[in-house]
Amino acid sequence: MEARMDGCCIMSPSCGPSFTQGLARPTKDRTYSQVPSAELMTLTYGALVTQMLKDYEKPEEVNKQLDRMGYNIGVRIIEDFLARTGAGRCNDFKETADRLQSAFKMYMNASPSVTSWSPGGDEFSLVLENNPLTEFVELPEEYGSLKYCNLLCGVIRGACEMVQLDVQASISQDQLKGDSTTEIRVRFIKRLEDAIPPGED
Amino acid sequence: MALPEDTGFDFLHMELVASLSSRENDEAIPLTVSKVEHMGYSAGYRIVERLNRDFPRFKDELDIMKFICKEFWTSLFGKQIDVLRTNHQCVYVLHDNRFRHLRKISSSNQYMDSSPKFLSYTCGLVRGALANFGVTSLVTPEVTQLPACKFHVQIQKG
Repeated sequence: MEARMDGCCIMSPSCGPSFTQGLARPTKDRTYSQVPSAELMTLTYGALVTQMLKDYEKPEEVNKQLDRMGYNIGVRIIEDFLARTGAGRCNDFKETADRLQSAFKMYMNASPSVTSWSPGGDEFSLVLENNPLTEFVELPEEYGSLKYCNLLCGVIRGACEMVQLDVQASISQDQLKGDSTTEIRVRFIKRLEDAIPPGED
Repeated sequence: MALPEDTGFDFLHMELVASLSSRENDEAIPLTVSKVEHMGYSAGYRIVERLNRDFPRFKDELDIMKFICKEFWTSLFGKQIDVLRTNHQCVYVLHDNRFRHLRKISSSNQYMDSSPKFLSYTCGLVRGALANFGVTSLVTPEVTQLPACKFHVQIQKG
């Protein structure tokens, strides 16, 4: 998305010159603090969680709703991801983990590391050193059971479901609760079969 | 194609709007337009705090409005407001000819009825930003012809 600077604001004639680029300010070279749009997302998400806590009162219920919303985002965002990366099918779960890792980089500017593989290779952790979603967040004591980033779990679940993977994602460590990193545990459950249209069997 | 990190916000916003259209989700308390607007308010209030850090104090309302149209809009939506009109009596109208949240919907009027929902969060953003400048306002959206829209800002003198 390129910032086009050709739209000039037309003011009504009585208020002096219409302005185009650069006001009569010393900051013409755009050195002022730009708010990156990731921050817009962070703040929006924060406002959403706050609103939900007001609405539902029970953190467990908020976790559920966040997961649901995340799922809805996931089933859509996978399209965007596949279109951008041109990635094909994954042959194994290791590849899936790498894809998830690159998706985090792309959409959130976060670079999680993939660790703690289970011996069977059907379970791994995404470990976030710093989590963009929790950048300005403090979690009060009484919300101990709130999984602030639960939206991400929903996104992972929804996105994987659209590529025939049934997975379970959950927050297993949370920086907001004093852990050193945020960890999302992803477990492979089964491969979803393409549904056969009724009457075709 | 939009930057991927912008896309993240777009999807989140889409989901907010989707929650507005009350679906038959079990026992879920629906988000209402005013709640979404309030979320925008608190986000806008905080964003502008960061954004105007390096700016000298604004001398008047019009100056503040220009800031909203240029820097604020650019940092949020990657473009400036196209037209700013005012009657010099506390009413400002901000025209955006290709509003980010409407751009991907349609250029026809097929979805006219459902498009105002896509503006309530942004109305809140603007109101919150102004509130941080000490300006109390009322912001109402108007969709003229997708993807163009207007934001009417009525400054409240208290």
